[in-house]
Amino acid sequence: MGDPDPTGRFGDFGGRFVPESLVPACAELEVAFREAWADETFRARYRDLLSRYAGRPTPLTPCPRLSEMLGVELWLKREDLTHTGSHKINNVIGQALLAERMGKRRLVAETGAGQHGVATATAAARFGMECLVFMGKLDMARQELNVFRMRLLGAEVVPVTSGSATLKDAVNEAMRHWVATVADTHYCLGSVMGPHPYPWMVREFQRVVGDEAAAQCREELGRDPDVVIACVGGGSNAAGTFAGFVDGPARLVGVEPAGGAAIGRGLPGVVHGMRSKILQDEEGQVLEATSISAGLDYPGVGPEHAHLAAIGRADYVAVTDDEVVAAVRLLARTEGILAALEPAHALAWLARAAGQEVPRGATVVLTLSGRGDKDVAQLMERGE
Amino acid sequence: MSTAGVAVGESRRLEPALRRQRALGRKLLVPYVTGGMLTDWTTVLAALATAGADAIEVGIPFSDPIMDGPVIQEASDRALAAGTTPQLVLAALRHAGGEIGVPLAVMTYYNLVDRAGLDRFAADLAASGVGGAILPDLPLDESAPWRRAAAAAGVDQVLLAAPTTGEERLAAICSAASGFLYAVGLMGVTGERADLATSSLDVATRASRYTDLPVLVGVGISTPDQARRVCAVADGVVVGSALVRRLLEGGGPEAAAALVSEFREALDAG
Ligand SMILES: Cc1ncc(COP(=O)(O)O)c(C=O)c1O
Repeated sequence: MGDPDPTGRFGDFGGRFVPESLVPACAELEVAFREAWADETFRARYRDLLSRYAGRPTPLTPCPRLSEMLGVELWLKREDLTHTGSHKINNVIGQALLAERMGKRRLVAETGAGQHGVATATAAARFGMECLVFMGKLDMARQELNVFRMRLLGAEVVPVTSGSATLKDAVNEAMRHWVATVADTHYCLGSVMGPHPYPWMVREFQRVVGDEAAAQCREELGRDPDVVIACVGGGSNAAGTFAGFVDGPARLVGVEPAGGAAIGRGLPGVVHGMRSKILQDEEGQVLEATSISAGLDYPGVGPEHAHLAAIGRADYVAVTDDEVVAAVRLLARTEGILAALEPAHALAWLARAAGQEVPRGATVVLTLSGRGDKDVAQLMERGE
Repeated sequence: MSTAGVAVGESRRLEPALRRQRALGRKLLVPYVTGGMLTDWTTVLAALATAGADAIEVGIPFSDPIMDGPVIQEASDRALAAGTTPQLVLAALRHAGGEIGVPLAVMTYYNLVDRAGLDRFAADLAASGVGGAILPDLPLDESAPWRRAAAAAGVDQVLLAAPTTGEERLAAICSAASGFLYAVGLMGVTGERADLATSSLDVATRASRYTDLPVLVGVGISTPDQARRVCAVADGVVVGSALVRRLLEGGGPEAAAALVSEFREALDAG
């Protein structure tokens, strides 16, 4: 996956649709990231933190029992085993290093499931920065445990009550806050979305997932897998995963929740600083997504995914909440791994497609973007 | 369009009207009201014109107004909950037609324009008697397609400048804008502030060096005295949250008009 054009576009999607007050900050961030990413010292610090602090590389785990049941050869890329329990830490360590390099002393973030908020709170503590996290009130109730974790880590968590009180509104609130604090604050956006350079920068900070997995595949299999699957909320774990395989022959599949399928059911539009596919009504009002998973409950999607879909390089599919819950149970009971609800979307699609769209015997790499501990209370409430 | 449409076409233009008023030595007052926030919102517009507004900014409510603080968010939410759509706002303006008596500009977010189609939206504005558009999430770099569509329909394209806008960029914004130059007075979203931000004086002063368009300061102009003080360097002000709050609190057209009169008097007294 290449760099965006100078206006921050991947094909027709991307750009920088932000209030004038934020344009200089985005431009400054773009320059800072470009310089840092070309600086071997910066990269070495990033790599060192990923390995000695965050626990990378993560394993590529074979799944003998589930593979046999599904009739495919399944390997899981284990982002659930990183420090803080999801891929979000990869991006946050990169952005915190960059914020430090830019002389910022505060991090502000939005969060849905709370995983990005926890990761940001963690990095802020590690770098000695202040941290403010906006979280929809509804999500705070769904992910109480993560709210407590963020507060333990010293972050301030601000409930967002506007709109649907979920991730979309937390992004709005974080952007409003950033407009007023841009002088000393870095907006640590949690996915491959928002205005340029975020979709590109976050993908670069997440490509470690795909690069590692691709190298592990070559070692274990001597070749690329046939199919690569990841869940898609904003799309960061999928973008990072796809980055390692896009130049090869593997089929790339992004899995969206049925109630938040921005690529499947969205229309092109502009929200949160980017042109992308967005769930919206015919007038252009953004619709609320509805998903069991707070981390995927988002009506938009990163612009590079909209582009990959448009050019046909990746396929985007959707699964229902019930399929997702069944997939959590399936992986837990066959492999002893408790997946978060988000990557359980990817598993759910594989469970449905194995032996059909995914032929028998196919080799599959699936990114297990996070661990399920945060979701246990929610599953208990559902009576699972 | 009938001949009445042509007559509306003549009087709806924003920039000539603002320039005329400024040439009379008058400071420009542009109050903001969210379309659809009250059932009788177009009556409010007429009252504001009578009370001394030089033009009126009409918000078309959007689900995700990232440049707006709590007061205007609340007005947008109420309007949307009441079923307000862009087409309903424009239809109401078309019906109110000649009764308002001053030029109108709409303020909205780019997705509504994009969804309608740029040419169609621009034509709808013109046909509804609207003279200009303010799109706070459409910065200069992304604005060329909209500016072309708006210009073709005879709709002015107000652009925003911020305290953080550098000199070269400010010059480019000033030369691409029409109608007026919207100088964002402070780093933040719309909402009332106790004090006048010094950044508002700075941004207006800097902008005036690059353009002879009317330079209006908006965001954080909450009291007549703040308006008077910023107009030492600016050509006028946009007053939003202070007015919208009164309307949300139940003050009808009279209360809104009374507030605009206070601003008018302060500006006229200089
Ligand atoms: C474990 C996990 N996976 C996936 C996501 C969705 O984000 P993205 O699509 O950016 O990977 C989240 C978001 O909170 C998450 O916590």
